[in-house]
Amino acid sequence: MTTNYQLKRADFIFKNENDWEEVLSKNINRSPQELINELISSELKGRGGAGFPTGLKWKLSAEAVDETKYVICNADEGEPGTFKDREILSRVPFKVLTAMAVCGHVIGAKEGYIYLRGEYFFLQPELNKAIGEFEYYCKEINLDFKIRIFMGSGAYICGEETALFESMEGKRGEPRNKPPYPSSCGYMGKPTVINNVETLAHTFTIFKYGAKRFYDLGVQYSRGSKLFSVSGDTPKPGIYELELGMSLADFVDEFGDGDTKAVQVGGASGFLVPRKRFSETAIGFQGKLTGISLPTGGSMMLFNSSRSMFNVLDNYLEFFREESCGQCTPCRVGCQQLLKGIKAVKRGEKNAQYLDKLLRLAETMQYTAKCGLGQSVANSFSSIVENFREEMIY
Amino acid sequence: MNPVSDLIRNLADQYGRNRHNLLPILQGVVEQEKYLSEFSMTEIARELDLPAADVYGTATFYSFLEHKKMGKYIIRVCKTITCSMKGKNQIMLAIEDMLKINVGETTPDGNFSLLQTNCLGFCHKAPAMLINNEVYTELTPEKVREILSSYLKKKGVHNDN
Amino acid sequence: MAKNIKITINGVTVEIEPGTTILEAARQTGVIIPTLCYHKDLCVAGNCRVCVTEIVGQKRLTAACATPCEEGMEVLTNSLKVRNSRKHIIELLLSEHNADCTRCYKNGNCELQLLASEYKIMTQDFIRLVPFKKYSIDMFSPSIIKDDSKCIRCQRCVRTCAELQGVNALTVAHKGDQMKITTFFEKTMNDVVCTNCGQCINHCPTGALVEKNYIEEVWDAIADKTRHVVVQTAPAVRVGLGEELGFEPGSRVTGKMVAALKRLGFDAVMDTDFTADLTIMEEGTELLTRLKKVLVDRDEEVKLPMATSCSPGWIKYIEHMYPDYLDHLSTCKSPQQMFGALAKTYYAKARNLDPEKIVSVSIMPCTAKKFEANRPEMHDSGYRDVDYVLTTRELAIMIKQAGIDFMKLEDMHYDRLMGESTGAGVIFGATGGVMEAALRTAYELVTGRDVPFENLNIAPVRGMDGVKEASVKIENPLKEWAFLDGVELKCAVAHGLVNAKKVMDSIRSGETSYHFIEFMACPGGCLGGGGQPIPTSPEIRRKRAEAIYAEDEGMPLRKSHLNPEVIKIYKDFLDKPLGEKSHQLLHTKYTARERF
Repeated sequence: MTTNYQLKRADFIFKNENDWEEVLSKNINRSPQELINELISSELKGRGGAGFPTGLKWKLSAEAVDETKYVICNADEGEPGTFKDREILSRVPFKVLTAMAVCGHVIGAKEGYIYLRGEYFFLQPELNKAIGEFEYYCKEINLDFKIRIFMGSGAYICGEETALFESMEGKRGEPRNKPPYPSSCGYMGKPTVINNVETLAHTFTIFKYGAKRFYDLGVQYSRGSKLFSVSGDTPKPGIYELELGMSLADFVDEFGDGDTKAVQVGGASGFLVPRKRFSETAIGFQGKLTGISLPTGGSMMLFNSSRSMFNVLDNYLEFFREESCGQCTPCRVGCQQLLKGIKAVKRGEKNAQYLDKLLRLAETMQYTAKCGLGQSVANSFSSIVENFREEMIY
Repeated sequence: MNPVSDLIRNLADQYGRNRHNLLPILQGVVEQEKYLSEFSMTEIARELDLPAADVYGTATFYSFLEHKKMGKYIIRVCKTITCSMKGKNQIMLAIEDMLKINVGETTPDGNFSLLQTNCLGFCHKAPAMLINNEVYTELTPEKVREILSSYLKKKGVHNDN
Repeated sequence: MAKNIKITINGVTVEIEPGTTILEAARQTGVIIPTLCYHKDLCVAGNCRVCVTEIVGQKRLTAACATPCEEGMEVLTNSLKVRNSRKHIIELLLSEHNADCTRCYKNGNCELQLLASEYKIMTQDFIRLVPFKKYSIDMFSPSIIKDDSKCIRCQRCVRTCAELQGVNALTVAHKGDQMKITTFFEKTMNDVVCTNCGQCINHCPTGALVEKNYIEEVWDAIADKTRHVVVQTAPAVRVGLGEELGFEPGSRVTGKMVAALKRLGFDAVMDTDFTADLTIMEEGTELLTRLKKVLVDRDEEVKLPMATSCSPGWIKYIEHMYPDYLDHLSTCKSPQQMFGALAKTYYAKARNLDPEKIVSVSIMPCTAKKFEANRPEMHDSGYRDVDYVLTTRELAIMIKQAGIDFMKLEDMHYDRLMGESTGAGVIFGATGGVMEAALRTAYELVTGRDVPFENLNIAPVRGMDGVKEASVKIENPLKEWAFLDGVELKCAVAHGLVNAKKVMDSIRSGETSYHFIEFMACPGGCLGGGGQPIPTSPEIRRKRAEAIYAEDEGMPLRKSHLNPEVIKIYKDFLDKPLGEKSHQLLHTKYTARERF
């Protein structure tokens, strides 16, 4: 199956934000219901990777009854190959701040936090300056909304929303059991909307231009545009805003170096797609029309034929061995077994059939891990071993 | 009074003394001291009325909250996939060669510690590294030597011991 | 109340209360779902993933312990997917576990071993991870051995230490493959705030946390014919021991236990209950003396409320956490240590034995007692007062090793001199028991009448509420206690150190004004002690408590001051409570310790 959707560039996210004051004051005078409806009809889905409908997320938190609620911007961008959130926060911070304040208006929250990963410490001064300016304007228009930065300290797992709450509460960043969900019980046990930086930036677009403008981009089930972080063996690494739904073949035509052997879509926790499946793979959220469709936080890593897929997988698994929070068995022990397993096969200490045992283990990890990240850590293993089995053995 | 105790009290005054203020306080101590000593953690536990074991358990979860003595400048070289593909090992060799330390070690004068870290989010400008909070990208061995030289020339680097 | 909801488990429709988890629903309907990190005493963690179940229509499996049922849910607990996944998880745990089962202290009573055996994990397909890790065994504590190579990171011990005990000696540290259960800066257990209560042992599913055992030392002592080996048994042991030897929880096996100890070869089998009664005499007198000094003499040096001092876990806790409150502790040694001091003095003299030749062994429901016996100040007899402390579990091991068919033993009686007890001594084993025993005696001492509760049963201090309160109004006292007329004696009872913390904080803040408080480190008191049979649960502890109170009801004497051997020891040896000899042998001092 091939997809008919072509690569189309878009330019919303980084378009100037000079009118944020206008967008803010206009939208906080609209009713929460109206804003929620606008978001729902835009069909915006979370841009962190999980793809939860943003309008529904806000709606659920708006419906939760509590004096105190929170809006949290998830800027713990730790997925290997992803670097878009930093660009957004440094180039168009007011879009994100505005979106947070509108969200606060919608759900009834007076406090917002930006959870910024420790690696981006250097963003702080500029961002704080923007927040200062933003809050000054809020005061002027009598909007009671405060935003603070909360710094992470080097823990990939804190990008998982409940781990992020734990971290903000001064604890180890270990994901919680769900339910309860953040919409009713998030940071400090209060109803919380937590959105990725890019998601918030898109809501700015929607609130500025209306849902239709956004909805008209992309394809069914995968509406709008998205930032892609392009790296690896590419002549033009960087950040690109593209409409969703494009085929991977088109993407590789545009960004490949002519020798692209495989693309890792969605970072280390995403999937590796080999050349033979480029044309049947569409980049977007799961949907009937688009063939194989991969949800993605926007990380696109290209590998050319000089790369050993064994080394790539080894690097990913090494990453997860260290970055798993360690609390649940399938993720903590599973990652160690996958890593030691591929090395043992490579060295001939285990036979090639051992890879099949590990593939079944990868499936168990996907079914049984406690959090979304734990469930996806074995994705790269499965997709690489299935497609490049010989490279694992010889 | 011990300066670290003063620092911790000031941080607690600034951020608060609840559990959810723990991370900013740990970060504040690391910012100043480069690592969390047993003494620091005990003082933080005392100041926030938390079990010392919880402070330790929390701090050790986070890669940037070191609990072993670190140098004045902590070099963290990204080892994740793209940086690894784009020559991270050469960067490591250049640093090791120049500073005469291996990964995980601190120079005898206490100025530099060399660590590897997971994805810094500069895959499009790989390889990348952090020196304390400063980021350096598109590194080559030559570039790294220049950067380190500039640190070595910084006033105070050699006068510390 | 909200309407019940209906779900199906393996095709069978079940009606349950909203909020019930899948695990609870399954257990209610007789479906067993294996668990490891789950424990009835603790909050839900959901991290071992052994209890995963399938919900029809969902791709991912869900942890039964952490997932509330929803109307119409179709749950499968034994589908192929569940079984394969569960087996994988057990295999993963085993790959990270030092599965050297035959050389493990917990061999035969290990939840992981049981699961491995149920799922017939016969092969070692996954790579053994143990050799790659730098595991250490911490043997420095006199009470607890911590072997990280056997830890499965279920965090039951961490939750126990935090939720039940409020001690937080244990924590989870690091992440990823380095994640481990440890202490502050990975110090040894004897170098941190650990109270040695052993609740972590009781809640550990594997052999990662076990008591330091002294079984071989005791066998050696018994075998040494030049030695006279005296053994004492704590009140709670008699209602726990049976569980290790084929009896149901709540079985009273006092007579069989005595018979077994004699068969093991102990030269004298006597009862800690005797010194429990003696404790009441000393502690009761101390309380009345303190009351007089405070109420009449207005002596500001003397502190109220007075706190009990029988529980060594509690003692170490207050020494660490409230070192400025040590004056509130009764100076009485625990019954174990009183017994030890008397065994090598009073008993030695009466039996004409050289105290140097006496080996004093105690059977305790407790691991903190091992630490207590090891305290440097516990040498008032001129020798180490108690040489070896064995837990209830260690005694059961010895009985099995000796080939004794416990069930078939005829009941026997304790040896004389320090073997007589009253119901008041027995109830020391349950939370509230020391308080009840003290009130029975103190009230009668002061008024000449029975304590005003039906059948001497002081119901308000019984039961499993974490903090219990009682007050007794003193009316028409005897002449020498006239100053107590009309005084309402306010008492509190706390068990589980997290509850002790509540009471201590209320004292510190001044919101309560008790006269006398009983503190026990372990949930349920000694019957739920860290040396008692594993498993433990609220239900099991309730049954043991029932057994304790039944034992009390069945005793001819139920007040400590009526114990004929207690009367005799004051006449022959001690003279009077708080007398000079008592001070020398039966009372002690405490050590302020660091909290951090």
